[in-house]
Amino acid sequence: MTPDPRSYTPWDDATFVAALFAVDPVGTGGVCLRALPGPVRDQWLNHTRELLPPEAPVRRVPVHIADGRLLGGLDLTATLQAGRPVAERGVLADAHNGVVIMAMVERLPTAMAARLAAVLDAGEVALERDGIALRSPARLGVIALDEGISEDERPPTVLLDRLAFLLDLSGIAYQSAVSFPYDLEQITEARHRLPQIEVSESILEVLCATALMFGITSLRAPLHALKVARASAALAGRNEVSAEDAAIAGRLALAPRATVIPVIEEESQENEAEEAPPEQPPEPPPDQPPQNDEPPKEDEELQIDMDQLLEDLVLEATKAAIPAGLLAQLKVAGGSSRGQARSGGRAGAVQKSRQRGRPAGTYRGELRSGVRLNVIETLRAAAPWQPIRRRERLRELAEDIARRTARVEVRSDDFRITRLKQRSQTTSIFVVDASGSAALHRLAEAKGAVELLLADCYVRRDRVALIAFRGSGAELLLPPTRSLVRAKRSLAGLPGGGGTPLAAGIEAAWALADTVKRQGDTPVLIFLTDGKANIGRDGNPGRAKANEDAITAARMIRVDGMTALLVDTSPRPQPTAQTLAQEMGARYLPLPFADANTLSIAVQAVTA
Amino acid sequence: MSVPFPFSAIVGQDEMKLAILIAAVDSKVGGVLAFGDRGTGKSTTVRALAALLPKMRVVVHCRYGCDPQRPAGLCELCKGGGKKGSKKDEAEAELKGRLVQVPVVDLPLGATEDRVVGALDLERALTQGEKAFEPGLLARAHRGFLYIDEVNLLEDHLVDLLLDVAASGENVVEREGLSVRHPARFVLIGSGNPEEGELRPQLLDRFGLSVEVKTPEDLLTRIEVVRRRDEYEKDPEAFANKWKNKDAKLRRQISNARDRLESVKVPDAALERAARLCMSLGTDGLRGELTLVRAARAFAALEGDDTVEDKHLRTIAPPALRHRLRRNPLDDAGSGTRVARAIEELFGSHDA
Repeated sequence: MTPDPRSYTPWDDATFVAALFAVDPVGTGGVCLRALPGPVRDQWLNHTRELLPPEAPVRRVPVHIADGRLLGGLDLTATLQAGRPVAERGVLADAHNGVVIMAMVERLPTAMAARLAAVLDAGEVALERDGIALRSPARLGVIALDEGISEDERPPTVLLDRLAFLLDLSGIAYQSAVSFPYDLEQITEARHRLPQIEVSESILEVLCATALMFGITSLRAPLHALKVARASAALAGRNEVSAEDAAIAGRLALAPRATVIPVIEEESQENEAEEAPPEQPPEPPPDQPPQNDEPPKEDEELQIDMDQLLEDLVLEATKAAIPAGLLAQLKVAGGSSRGQARSGGRAGAVQKSRQRGRPAGTYRGELRSGVRLNVIETLRAAAPWQPIRRRERLRELAEDIARRTARVEVRSDDFRITRLKQRSQTTSIFVVDASGSAALHRLAEAKGAVELLLADCYVRRDRVALIAFRGSGAELLLPPTRSLVRAKRSLAGLPGGGGTPLAAGIEAAWALADTVKRQGDTPVLIFLTDGKANIGRDGNPGRAKANEDAITAARMIRVDGMTALLVDTSPRPQPTAQTLAQEMGARYLPLPFADANTLSIAVQAVTA
Repeated sequence: MSVPFPFSAIVGQDEMKLAILIAAVDSKVGGVLAFGDRGTGKSTTVRALAALLPKMRVVVHCRYGCDPQRPAGLCELCKGGGKKGSKKDEAEAELKGRLVQVPVVDLPLGATEDRVVGALDLERALTQGEKAFEPGLLARAHRGFLYIDEVNLLEDHLVDLLLDVAASGENVVEREGLSVRHPARFVLIGSGNPEEGELRPQLLDRFGLSVEVKTPEDLLTRIEVVRRRDEYEKDPEAFANKWKNKDAKLRRQISNARDRLESVKVPDAALERAARLCMSLGTDGLRGELTLVRAARAFAALEGDDTVEDKHLRTIAPPALRHRLRRNPLDDAGSGTRVARAIEELFGSHDA
């Protein structure tokens, strides 16, 4: 049977990705599989396993794996038994020439992702741990299981940037996950063919151009696309990458990372936004039978035409593969709502980086008051030195006394102190009234305060977020972040003016605070408003109703026991704002001339 | 990967390449920080450096790679003429030198403290019951480069340790009953993505030059990057071979620049310019000025010029100063822009 690369049901795509990945796990880097655990994901994983060579190791990595297990380290038991240092191989070195399956990558700490990324880049594990310096080859592919549900839950960009495929299985019904068009034999054949596959200059150019047109800044994306195109050609039994392979690469490796939609003149493409792309085969004429590749030796003009055709082909294929919902969002926002493709550059929300994830391990230190000794780690540290210490002791003391003293000799050098988990990180959420005439001033000061706080953030490990409300609703302008760069980008050009939907603002703040709480952080809400609402919860104007709604929303904050500060920005302190603060259980701070400095000091006082 | 990507084959990223070359010419300029977008070849550039550098002379059998020509900075063992050593060939070696590759040492994330500073040699402790010092990465990086990718994700206690050693040029180890000190002067090179978090100000200050790395936005450059990368991955050896001559040329340029570095003049006018620039930008302390002048001199040496002129200062000022500005929360412009603005004001617009 011949695999048909132009089958477009999501499951067909998924199996196709599995096959391409299996052909070149190292080159493509891997697959980020977005799906909840369940039969469909299991089907896919099983299928992928079957396509990999039977001898290829497949290792599963839990999300909170210790460095020692991931990278390797000292094997204590073996070391003590053998009487010489014995290194323990980490999971990554074990998976050499195979695949690692990373579980729950949406919770993967950035620091851990960066370790993995370094190994993927170098193709080897550079171990500098526990007195061992060792380099072991680790050429491997990654399957990252992303179980995130909301848009905020995203794997670290460091990792996503290294994986060619971002595959979403969440919309696939189990009934449709039945066909398995590829088998090991085909993959093995393709693997053998892979090194000989040629890529023409025009294909390379088109893939680069397509990536750029879709606003994909990272240069790893076109490189991955190239690898995918090669794998596709190998799978189809070609020796050269054809236009069709390029289109596939665009569809599978570039489309999921798109951050903008390029304008293509043809109007006929409009309807793809509403309906799913499947029934629209995006390959127009050039080569229906995949065998006849583009003619290599034609006169100049024709060559240019061919290039144009090729470009259009890849462009169309890529565009068609962008999920309908995303397309709509992209058109509206002009930025990536999925976030994963972002690598800095243009406007738009950026992937949430995980700041919390530094492992709170142990460190060598003195036993002072207030620190907690980690007994196991201390014994671990002491263990290798026992023979040498015993001998020393024998030299110093009479033998019988030496025998009676402690069996395990622990010295102060061995003390390992538990690194206490950092006081849970605080996220300061600024909620700024951007309505009316004072908006610009208030926003500017809130912005200044945000940046001042961020400048102080490295030490405090705090995050800052900003919500503005005006007109008919509230908008999250700056998702929780510790990065000054991001903050500056998001805060540039804040809009102001319009009505005061106070209730919507408070509600949005509460929702964000709730999310923050669920992540294990402590939210602190800072409201900058005069407390005069005039737009109700339903978006309709009306002072009385609006105030009532605002009070109701404010109570939610008190009920949930969230720390809040209400900065009254009106020229003269207002009873409305004061009542609101009371209902909210917030500290009330009249600050008619709120300036960035005073604000940041006030916030620090609340969060301390 | 055994054959690194050749330095001269790296497309664009001129500021980063220049900063690294300057550090290679004059290590006293201080480290280089490359912060910016993903997938822009930051690590590739640093890893390419090792193959590019002219070899250096080290004392035979010295574990710390002491320089036989610089008696001031020797380790304990070399100071004693190598006679303290228990092995006889060490004693015989006196301070004979041999040529070796300049070390470019990777400090991988996840490295433990004992491997960074050095610790008791576990092997010898266990098998022979001896207490011997096993030098760590800092010792290996002596007189070379220490590279930390994703430097903003480095654990805090390792950062503390690095700060201390980078400031003193000496690594002092007091642990497990050992007391060892050895020279550890290295050029710190860090790279990372600012979206993962900011760098601690103290660490930031240790970097002499800081470059902002951006993904190239024009198609032709991007195509060239992808094309070369693809060619390299297909056959690293052949690719490196192709660029051998270009790399050799760069190597000669570094050697020549080092030789002429001392003779490059820094006229008072240039010193004044540098001082004014730093004042108008309000940089903290004197480090900015010192680095600026030093780096400009190294740059002039690289270019084959005899004196430091405005054009050198102009090029060097952004990387030398942009990370030393006080943050101004109400100024939206990036620090790079602010430096550029100050340069325009002071030096007049381009083609001065």
